[in-house]
Amino acid sequence: MSTGMSLFVTAGTLLSLLFFFLLLHFNRKVENPGETTGHDYDGIMEYDNPLPSWWYWGFVLTIVFGLGYLAYYPGLGNFEGLGQWSQVSQFEGDRQRAEEKYGPLFSQYRAMTLDELGATPAAVKMGRRLFINNCSVCHGATATGSFGFPNLTDEEWLWGREDEDIVATISAGRTGAMIAWGDILGSEGVVDVADYVQHLAGREVPEASAARGETTFITYCTACHGADGKGQKVFGAPDLTNEIWLYGNSAGRIQHVIRNGRAGQMPAFAGKLGEDKIHILAAYIKHLGSSSLPVP
Amino acid sequence: MNGFIERNIGVMMLLIVIGISFGGMVEIIPLMSQRVVTEPIEGLEPLSALQLEGRDIYIREGCNVCHSQMIRPLRAEVERYGHYTVAGELVYNHPFLWGSKRTGPDLARVGELYSDEWHRAHLLDPRSVVPESNMPDFPWLFETGIDPTVTPLKLKALQTLGVPYSDEQIATAADSVAGKTEADALIAYLQQLGTILKERR
Repeated sequence: MSTGMSLFVTAGTLLSLLFFFLLLHFNRKVENPGETTGHDYDGIMEYDNPLPSWWYWGFVLTIVFGLGYLAYYPGLGNFEGLGQWSQVSQFEGDRQRAEEKYGPLFSQYRAMTLDELGATPAAVKMGRRLFINNCSVCHGATATGSFGFPNLTDEEWLWGREDEDIVATISAGRTGAMIAWGDILGSEGVVDVADYVQHLAGREVPEASAARGETTFITYCTACHGADGKGQKVFGAPDLTNEIWLYGNSAGRIQHVIRNGRAGQMPAFAGKLGEDKIHILAAYIKHLGSSSLPVP
Repeated sequence: MNGFIERNIGVMMLLIVIGISFGGMVEIIPLMSQRVVTEPIEGLEPLSALQLEGRDIYIREGCNVCHSQMIRPLRAEVERYGHYTVAGELVYNHPFLWGSKRTGPDLARVGELYSDEWHRAHLLDPRSVVPESNMPDFPWLFETGIDPTVTPLKLKALQTLGVPYSDEQIATAADSVAGKTEADALIAYLQQLGTILKERR
């Protein structure tokens, strides 16, 4: 704030305090105490008495409090106040105190592996709270996911279940890339591949179309999903040999994914949560499926 | 003196206005001259044409009635929502959409927090992804298209208010929203909210 503005604020604030004090002071004495003002409304008269002294001194007290407040807190232009208080400094102080309180616990947990954390009830509890606040919005409160959002309690881990895989997924996010094959394979081709994929998953499908689909699968799909169709975590390509279907399990849904492609997206949380919390969260998520843990 | 003021209502009104304007003058006028309030933070760009249309849908549907866009500098809020809101982020906001009630969560930094796909599912039927949500469904956003004829006028109006839109942006505004649905626009708007300050803790 410029000096002129600062003076304007300071003068405006102090002069109005002075003004109110003088107004109060000079109204303390009245000309004819005990008399009425002469106003008469339907027989109701008004005494011309000064303020009772407890009231007057109460007012004076608020003005004194106001001056003290303006001395301690920033209120007078650029004057920072004797207490050096600001919204941001209070926030930083709160954060510092929290850091001191929780920091040792976080560094203790950071030194442990995800498996060790998974066996520490206090850490699991923290992980669960982090999960509820940050992950449940997509993956569901019970971590079982929904259409397009993976179930975290089953045995399929699109991007890997190693400690570093889970941490990397949460920190930097992931983007799946299933290409749209409709134009390349044609509508017949899509149905054939879908039949073969269902055959991989152990379903009963027409043999002829599945055989045609297998040829196509070997040409186009193995690069990501692997020769055996078991998926590859580097691409986040799902295992196609089980009955876990992220985008619906019907033949039509499967064809739809092959025809139009999919781009599943896991947002990055490194900036929001920081490494310490991600470590605890990763431990919680890693052990979600194991029966020893309570469901959130 | 007292009697004179009491008997002349015009004088009394004038003095009342002067009296109460002191507080306003002391609190409002100096802010108008402060750089922290009037200058954009580094990297701040005006909303794109599509995002601006999304903002107007945000206003039309009254999102700001249940969602605030203002993270206060309190530890609990910063833990939950990210870096507290700074004035420099909002200099191109006409009007402000701070809101004052949080029936739903604060949205000041919701940008890039969820995928576009999530937003589509959530706008269509919030309970499909958050079972305990009490947000209404907004299915019509997916059926109604953006009217590209008014988009350039909106940019021009904001340009008049000092938002630095280039003439080229105004010229291409209609094309960039043509064929988009209201849901596309709203999601584009939501996905940029608060993304300039990345440091969230």
